[in-house]
Amino acid sequence: MTDALLAGELPLPPRPDYLRHGATISSWLATTDHKRIAILYAITITFFFFMGGAAITAVRLELFQPNGWLLTSDTYNKLFSFHGIIMVWFFLVPSIPNTFGNFLLPLMIGAPDVAFPRLNLFSWYLTVAAGAFTVYALVAGGVDTGWTFYTPYSSMFSNTHVFAAAAGVFVVGFASIATGVNFITTTHMLRAPGMTWFRLPLFVWAIYATSLIMVLATPVLAISLLLVIAERVLGLPIFDPARGGDPILFQHLFWFYSHPAVYIMVLPAMGVVSEIIPCFARRRIFGYDFMVYAMLAIAGVGFFVWGHHMFVSGQSALASLVFSFLSFIIAVPSAIKVFNWTASLYRGQISFESPMLYALGFVGLFTTGGLSGLFLASIPVDIHVTDTYFVVAHFHYIMVGGSVSAFFAGLHFWWPKVTGKLYPESWAKFAAILMYAGFNMTFLPQFFAGYLGMPRRYHTYPAEFQIYNVMSSAGAAVLAIAYLLPLGYLTWSLFYGGKAAKNPWGATGLEWTTGSPPPPKNFDRQPRVDRGPYAYHAEGMSAGTDPPEMQNARETR
Amino acid sequence: MNSLFRLPEASTHAVTVDHIFYLLLFLSGATVVLVFGLILLFAVRYRRGSPAKRGPMPEILSREFEIGWTVATLLTFAFLFWWASSADLSSLAAPTGALEIHVVAKQWMWKTQHPNGAREINALHVPLDKPVHLLMSSQDVIHSFFVPAFRVKKDVLPGRDTDIWFQANKSGTFPLLCAEYCGTNHSMMRGKIVVMRQDDYAKWLVQQPEGDDLAHDGARLFVSQGCSGCHAVSSNVHAPRLAGLYGRAVQLADGRTVSADDAYIRDSILQPKRDVVAGFEPIMPSFKGLLDDGEIQSLTAYIRSLREEQQND
Repeated sequence: MTDALLAGELPLPPRPDYLRHGATISSWLATTDHKRIAILYAITITFFFFMGGAAITAVRLELFQPNGWLLTSDTYNKLFSFHGIIMVWFFLVPSIPNTFGNFLLPLMIGAPDVAFPRLNLFSWYLTVAAGAFTVYALVAGGVDTGWTFYTPYSSMFSNTHVFAAAAGVFVVGFASIATGVNFITTTHMLRAPGMTWFRLPLFVWAIYATSLIMVLATPVLAISLLLVIAERVLGLPIFDPARGGDPILFQHLFWFYSHPAVYIMVLPAMGVVSEIIPCFARRRIFGYDFMVYAMLAIAGVGFFVWGHHMFVSGQSALASLVFSFLSFIIAVPSAIKVFNWTASLYRGQISFESPMLYALGFVGLFTTGGLSGLFLASIPVDIHVTDTYFVVAHFHYIMVGGSVSAFFAGLHFWWPKVTGKLYPESWAKFAAILMYAGFNMTFLPQFFAGYLGMPRRYHTYPAEFQIYNVMSSAGAAVLAIAYLLPLGYLTWSLFYGGKAAKNPWGATGLEWTTGSPPPPKNFDRQPRVDRGPYAYHAEGMSAGTDPPEMQNARETR
Repeated sequence: MNSLFRLPEASTHAVTVDHIFYLLLFLSGATVVLVFGLILLFAVRYRRGSPAKRGPMPEILSREFEIGWTVATLLTFAFLFWWASSADLSSLAAPTGALEIHVVAKQWMWKTQHPNGAREINALHVPLDKPVHLLMSSQDVIHSFFVPAFRVKKDVLPGRDTDIWFQANKSGTFPLLCAEYCGTNHSMMRGKIVVMRQDDYAKWLVQQPEGDDLAHDGARLFVSQGCSGCHAVSSNVHAPRLAGLYGRAVQLADGRTVSADDAYIRDSILQPKRDVVAGFEPIMPSFKGLLDDGEIQSLTAYIRSLREEQQND
């Protein structure tokens, strides 16, 4: 408020922040405040994260032995299917957009709320209803199609609860679309005076690009699942070749959504990391406009690479060539981003608080995962390793190593803003390092197993792969501890943590100019923007040479 | 079979794939060293409060720099695409004269059939150094024929044929796996590929015991080729009954006794005058040239199955 005081304005009377603005159940369940809805989402996806995690814990335990010592094949198949469905649609897709996106998008652009606050709440209710369908599918006996619902297995052969699971995913898709529409409108209509497009923080750009994909791709997912249900329940001939259908059609429809969905999961993560690295390096992001174009290119080209999931499906050689070429092309913007994050460290004043450790972990894991993607874009190599653990390792590096690390980075970065509390930093650093180590212990061996020929979704497996599975399962135990730790110390901080200042990291960005936690309508006065993001130093310069005490505490810029 | 880090390169294709794989591995390794190295270097050198130089950014770190690494990445990837794709294109069509083998996948087994009719379940014997062309279809859901040692994989679809080919260049036994999730026992849908020297393969093919499916083929042939006109129970022609024949000792017209094994049955079909059964006239015509090896195997299997039926009774 220094500026306001200097301008001769009187301080505002004290008012409760958004967390204390109402304590009744209905003030939460009927709220239209984007920040409260973000909290509702956070609680929901945490619940789903640990459900999906429990399922995969049983799977990894089972894989200690090659011959199935714990579970039946059917139970095993249902567990990995449940893990995939829950983690993709009920954790990863909503994770960063619906929690941090919801919380931060209006704050970062200087708006009091999203464009459609009621639609925002409605999409949370849709998510909960969809989750209920999916959990019902599990409780009623499970679904064993894998998260991919491949036909004709899902439409004609599986006698598990495909309908309930598909209905759950169908409904959560509408939550996704509603959120996407909301964020696009918000970004277009509600930017504060002076907040031009190229002054937007990269996180806002990331959420914007993600929203475009959500709105354009998710309807195709809805179509493909409806067709599965039409064949399964109504008996319409769609994928059944005996009646003139085509089982491969489903794969085209499914991957037309599900490949862009990978970018729904990873673009927001890139946005989070692009906020954190400049802050802790005290540097402007290197190549801001290239970062923006790279994200838009990923979102656009991402729609035209789906066929690289189908090199062995019998699609034409020409189609495979085109998809292979485009898959290499889409790797270029990702590479640019990695180089730019790295270059942003050059001549910085780097400190290594827990958000930075998580963010650097993201860069490392995303680089590893991205490079393994080049193997999968090369047709002859892909033919060998597709549907093996190589692919499992690859997409976990991107979606779990990448996105989940970034989720935890964001969680630690904005936790003081969201809750107004400080967490124990040494525990957080320990968890960040443990997570990086545990992740690599879990998934690095899977690259070897996959190259040597261990197919994915195998309940029992040839004994020569046991060594890799034991390594992987042991790593998963470490990873599980690393995921549980923050649940403990962050919860602890809610009750016993110190009070957070308005801007504990000395970060730029409008969200740090309002209180921690922010008031219900975000800003007491309409913010005005007169500079680009990440103004940690003058243009053309590098990080300042102030002593560390000054660097650490930049409450007032 | 597998050593810890090496998978046998048992086909000509595997060698090509591994070359691409190793180049990618090298490039990825170099990139990892570069990126991780720079991050570590910067993290140490520009840690907060370090005496390293800051101040104005050097001129070279400009837009040209960014365009430079974008173009370099693009060209590298274009080269990778070109190299990998040309390897793929050259391996697309099976060479003419390849051994054609039919593969049928069903939940949860592989059925293979050799050109001469010999069938196998969850196994496939192939000759060394000879191109083998597989024509595959599925009876139910999508499966995927995967032989890691050959670096080949192809989905096997219901209602549509897919094909792959390979040329094995190492003898031995290699795992065959189903790589596309196909339901409960997906992980048990495994088999073996046995690569044999070409003469061993020829010998093996002849010695094949026939299975049930062959017997059904044989039953059909038994009628269509006219065997049933004389050998059926209801026939008016005086011909030996075949039920229970297989494996029995047969008294011949010239006083010898032979065992009714595969060779005897084969000879009786092709050279009926040679071993005439005691008490019957030599009226049977030769089927030489009318039946191929596979059909004779099928008929033999049928006659053997007649023995089994009688024992069941």
